[in-house]
Amino acid sequence: MKYALLVHAPLENFSRPKDRADIAAGRAYGEALQAAGVFVGGAGLESPQSATTVSVRDGKRQVHDGPYAETKEFLAGFAIIDVPNLDAALEWAARNPAAGHLLVEVRPLVGSYFATGGNKPA
Amino acid sequence: MSESAAHTAIEAVARNSYGRLIAFLAARSGDVAGAEDALGDAFVTALERWPADGIPQKPEAWLLHVARNRVIGAVRRNQVRLNSEQFLQQIPAEAKSVAVTEEHFPDERLKLLFVCAHPAIEVAARTPLMLQTVLGIDAARIASAFLVSPAAMGQRLVRAKNKIRDAAIQFCVPDPPEWNERLSFVLDAIYAAYTAGWESLMEGSSTLDAMAEDAITIGRTLVQLMPTEAEAHGLLALMLHCQARRAARYTSNGEFVPLDKQDNTRWSRPMIDEAENHLRLAAGFKRLGRYQLEAAIQSIHANRAVSGFIDWPEILLLYEGLVQFAPGIGSLVGRAVALAQTGKPAAGFAALEAIPASRIVSYQPYWAARGHLLQLLNRQEEAQQAFIRAAGLTEDLALREYLFKRSADDLCKEPTNKRKIHE
Repeated sequence: MKYALLVHAPLENFSRPKDRADIAAGRAYGEALQAAGVFVGGAGLESPQSATTVSVRDGKRQVHDGPYAETKEFLAGFAIIDVPNLDAALEWAARNPAAGHLLVEVRPLVGSYFATGGNKPA
Repeated sequence: MSESAAHTAIEAVARNSYGRLIAFLAARSGDVAGAEDALGDAFVTALERWPADGIPQKPEAWLLHVARNRVIGAVRRNQVRLNSEQFLQQIPAEAKSVAVTEEHFPDERLKLLFVCAHPAIEVAARTPLMLQTVLGIDAARIASAFLVSPAAMGQRLVRAKNKIRDAAIQFCVPDPPEWNERLSFVLDAIYAAYTAGWESLMEGSSTLDAMAEDAITIGRTLVQLMPTEAEAHGLLALMLHCQARRAARYTSNGEFVPLDKQDNTRWSRPMIDEAENHLRLAAGFKRLGRYQLEAAIQSIHANRAVSGFIDWPEILLLYEGLVQFAPGIGSLVGRAVALAQTGKPAAGFAALEAIPASRIVSYQPYWAARGHLLQLLNRQEEAQQAFIRAAGLTEDLALREYLFKRSADDLCKEPTNKRKIHE
């Protein structure tokens, strides 16, 4: 079963430079995910201010600067993991260093042709 | 009677007698959820009535009396499935006699504990069920401690209670030959509550802290209900020894301190004494078991406060015994470390290597132990990797920092070692 671990952070979090301990913790977590054989993919995200949104309405392209919606919390990173069940996904979410000061949302992936790892249902 | 005095009285009854009241009602109806509903209603009625009427002389008996009608109703609805005509006849008479005459109503908590840890109940539900029915802890708090969504925990509890009712699981204390296995389920469920509250927790994490205390409360209850059961004493001794060190696990700055480096003046002496007392009592019954061995290992660590050193050969002996009783991943790793601490780091490392890969893949203490042993073997680069792996597997910020520090110890040493080789 595939789950997305979504890290949500307030805007000021993106401009704050990461200290070495944060980077080391993130890397150790990533290595542990890989070594456990549950990591499918994932990345940290640049500031929402760097976002560009695209939509097509009535055949007309619309491009906007900035994130889709004005909110207090923004997606700051994600990991997709493949684990037997939600309990295991929550365990990995708790180990995410971001869980210590931000929020980690755990969402099951729906079966889709977009799903990572081929065209089978997630 | 003031409203607040009545509330205080109700809270006291809920705190001290909740489990006994549930156990009494459920043991007669076979329906835990029904007993909870009935008692909940009785508490609501008490909130309405006690401020006006005054606190009854026997509050528990009063609550039972009020709860009985609901229980009868609940049993009646499930009568066909339960075939509990006999219970139905008994309850009013019994509840009435308790209310009117008896000083104390029978304590059925032991039966309730055995029902909660019944083999027909899924393992993941046993501890939560125990915490909820015996101590009245709400599902949301239990869910956080066990890292499960509150909705899922709620469903798990409902499923378990339905199973108890629908399968008519008997409220009884089992006899031999079932006894040993059934008791071990009860002990394991209590210990699971303790470890959920203790393992990888940070200072100030009140939910988990309280959960550890709750587990000790159940442990004390169990010893009180089974005063001649060696392993019940052993389990309580184990939990008390660990709990005695709570304050010493972190410095005042919140830094993690490993057991052998802890400032033993910050250990709780009364708790250690209580633990030692239970361990002595357990030893008197001459029935060795897993929890007594684990408690004995903790007892040797505690003795450092007196002797000034850790008797690792004794610890190794106890681990050798423990892996016979309970070859769990924790005892296998503990034995490997004890081997290393008694001057046999290579043998300790070999013991770590012998543990199947599938069991260690996300088990943080294994990787920390591996790092430690590799350091002793002067395999610095591998030690560093192991510590980083351990850091990636913990959710405890202070422990993560400590593990990074251990991994960096190697970095500092490494260049000097290499230089020596080159020179």
